[in-house]
Amino acid sequence: MRHALLILLLLGPGWALADGLSAPQKALHVLDRLAYGPRSGELERVTAMGAEAYIDEQLAPEKIVPPPQLRAQLDALDSLRLGPAELFRRYGPPARRAAGDDPAARKQVQQAANRVAEQAMQARLLRAVYSPAQLQEVMTDFWFNHFNVFRGKGLEERIWLAAYERDAIRPYALSRFRQLLGATARHPAMLYYLDNWQSTVPRTDRFGDSKGGLNENYARELMELHTLGVDGGYTQKDVTELARILTGWTYLPRDWMEGGNAPFAFEPKRHDFGDKTLLGMRFDGSGEAEGERALDLLARSPATAHHLSWQLAQYFVADEPPPALVERMTKRYLQSDGDIREVLRTLFHSPEFWSAGYTGNKFKTPYQYVVSALRASGVEVRNFRPALSALNQLGMPLYGCQTPDGWKNTEAAWLNPDAMVYRLNFATALGAGRLPLLRPEATLPVPDDEPPAPRPMNASINAAPAEAEFGDDDRPPPPDPDLLQDTLGHPFSAQTVAALDAARPRLRAALMLGSPEFMRH
Amino acid sequence: MNRRALLKQLGLTAATLPFARAHWACAADLPPAAGNKRLVVLMLRGAVDGLSLVAPHADSDYYALRPNIAIPRPGGAGGLLDLDGRFGLHPALAPLLPLWQARQLAFVHAAGSPDPTRSHFDAQDYMESGTPGVKSTGDGWMNRLLGQLPQQPGALAAVSFGPVLPRICSGPQSVANVPLGRAASRPTAMDRPEINSAFDRMYAGAGSLGEAYREGRRSRQEILAELSEPAAMEAQQADNGAPPPQGYAQDTAQLARLMQRNPRLQLAFMQLGGWDTHVNQGAADGQLARRLQPLGEGLAQLASGLGPLWNDTVVVVMSEFGRTARENGNHGTDHGHGNLMWVLGGPVAGGKVYGEWPGLAAAALHEGRDLAVTTDFRTVLARVCGQHLRLPDRRLDAVFPRAPGTGAAQLQGLLDT
Repeated sequence: MRHALLILLLLGPGWALADGLSAPQKALHVLDRLAYGPRSGELERVTAMGAEAYIDEQLAPEKIVPPPQLRAQLDALDSLRLGPAELFRRYGPPARRAAGDDPAARKQVQQAANRVAEQAMQARLLRAVYSPAQLQEVMTDFWFNHFNVFRGKGLEERIWLAAYERDAIRPYALSRFRQLLGATARHPAMLYYLDNWQSTVPRTDRFGDSKGGLNENYARELMELHTLGVDGGYTQKDVTELARILTGWTYLPRDWMEGGNAPFAFEPKRHDFGDKTLLGMRFDGSGEAEGERALDLLARSPATAHHLSWQLAQYFVADEPPPALVERMTKRYLQSDGDIREVLRTLFHSPEFWSAGYTGNKFKTPYQYVVSALRASGVEVRNFRPALSALNQLGMPLYGCQTPDGWKNTEAAWLNPDAMVYRLNFATALGAGRLPLLRPEATLPVPDDEPPAPRPMNASINAAPAEAEFGDDDRPPPPDPDLLQDTLGHPFSAQTVAALDAARPRLRAALMLGSPEFMRH
Repeated sequence: MNRRALLKQLGLTAATLPFARAHWACAADLPPAAGNKRLVVLMLRGAVDGLSLVAPHADSDYYALRPNIAIPRPGGAGGLLDLDGRFGLHPALAPLLPLWQARQLAFVHAAGSPDPTRSHFDAQDYMESGTPGVKSTGDGWMNRLLGQLPQQPGALAAVSFGPVLPRICSGPQSVANVPLGRAASRPTAMDRPEINSAFDRMYAGAGSLGEAYREGRRSRQEILAELSEPAAMEAQQADNGAPPPQGYAQDTAQLARLMQRNPRLQLAFMQLGGWDTHVNQGAADGQLARRLQPLGEGLAQLASGLGPLWNDTVVVVMSEFGRTARENGNHGTDHGHGNLMWVLGGPVAGGKVYGEWPGLAAAALHEGRDLAVTTDFRTVLARVCGQHLRLPDRRLDAVFPRAPGTGAAQLQGLLDT
């Protein structure tokens, strides 16, 4: 089989099947899009089973068994098991209050919270690189970005990152959109990030003072970013009405301090029980059910169907998504009552997805680049700090998007000369075996207690220290260039091949990981 | 000074998009002195609360609308710093008061966009493209502006601070990225000939990646030589004998140095985020005040760092929209409409609040909730580009197509010409 594959590769693109791409090309394409690129042996496996079968496999992550080593590495990250209430008690504001004014104690609280955040980042990258359920990881990242929360917002956000992803994102990444919507709307991480936990119906107390107040932040982003889209046909009045509907959607720290563990609570005292009109529909002031009904309405809207389909088509096909494809996906969304799996099936089986013009055309975001490089290199990573550093330097810190609209995935957003040089340095360090990816877990430096100075979110994690500081125990052996070549298949242009052939053998791995073809997917 | 020497200075790398290279602009209709004029644009992302920065303390509505977060009248503890009897400056911006008193700092209140959107992303997009309401504009107005200024091939005319090129700078003209804080100056793999020559071969040729790669390589070669010299570091610190500034002031100090050494560098863009104070905004102290402090210090640092060049520099500070006149239930404010623009520099006729102040009476509020807009932001920008950078009208039209000039009368005298 291996020889047959090599012959196919040698014959190159000329030996194509009727629909334009050869079997190995289809395999590479599907690994580049549904996964974070190929790992060693994957190209062979997927070529043998066929791209269609691989798509089916990836669309059913519940049937994919994680390898024992990955399971063990994740299990070692103890804070990953805790729920939001427990995380709050141990690492959140109560811990800070207990530390009082003692600077040493306060520093410890910060360090503990940072350790929790670091475990979340470690877990995310472990899965992205090593999980066989790759599409689930791709979609987890996609939906986290869609329902973005920012790690720097406060102590709470920092400690709830993994819980949010575990409870509200990953389980529903390929389910019905309505489930994702409900899970994020009810999660403390989102309630805190977009301030809905504080939103309260304004009223006057018995002294005549006005109390409470509506916070529109979440209601606005729920419509603008999460569902309908900015042109989705809602008005300022709708924003206010939705905010009224969602009053009382909160969490109760006082319950948690008494030992309660429910992450979400509907607090009638905060709720506006008046009648509302949202997007032309009348809502009687009944309570929690109003919010559920509003989410139903938003999830089912054709505007939402279009908005999400457009975003998925942009992520998986082209920076300018083909309108006809977006239309078909929109229809499928509405037919299937918002079933993400079904919409993706339509996408992955579309002629656009398979056309030669839309393969190898997307410029990798920093996240896609770093993860795909680690996967392809075959390196066993125990310390993700160099990867996190790279993400910071490239302007895409993990869990670090300050604004609710999340990161873009287009070439215009990410391609610039600075970034190219940095990626090549990373590729060279990785390809030459110089990144300390084996160094035992090092704690990240402690950021300030105070809110960050007004500058764009950047390196709160220091760049990787000079190479001389690490012993060889910390660095895995450099990737074998022949193995890397087999892993990646044959995506390289004649010019790249010529440059590879002309270079010293010990540089070939670095050059492949830094090639123009590897910058795209 | 040529580009290579410029890039040697401070660890710049150039950013460009895959468009045609910069071309020689016809400079026949520009007076020779225009080449020395500098413009710095600072964008405060997140809709800063202009009503707190320059507060209408003579307006009783201000205190009625904001029982918890209005800043006390001048004279009291934590009170506003009176500007002109009507308005007061937020106390956290005290470092800028000397500029006001020297008549080098002006404000245009109730300025903003004709487009009613309260979406941060759309509003910022419109402010950066310079075409409110139009989403199809491909480039940013600062890039178009750059195309209208006389250029010399190889000389760097514009910089943007931060790793990712913002919308306002994107377009066919070349704009350099300046890294924030301390530039990464230690030698890297890409500095070794064995490695970079291999990549050079690989990336030879056309295509957006190849272009970006070559720009990066060119800049990187300069960085290593200049920044790894210990002398450069010491020189930085000897400049004012003080410890190196932190945060935003560090970046403005870098910009000042850059502009002093490079007469061809005319445009700079900087940005600061985190102004979206929906909850617990604070008043004289608190969240907003803490963020204002480094901003004020940074701008004061820029003015002093530029030295005599301050007389040829105008700084414009703007934000995509303002915030609600009335405080919300969380001692914060929500997205609004009209906001404050700042114009500072040697050439500015400062010590005055320009624009037509509509007031905060219920009937005067936009949609009953926000400060109205009486001056279009493009009018302010066009005034600066026209009078300070000496751009004639037809060039201004290219930078701000179909700009209405709303509020032009109230800006009379803003810039001494």
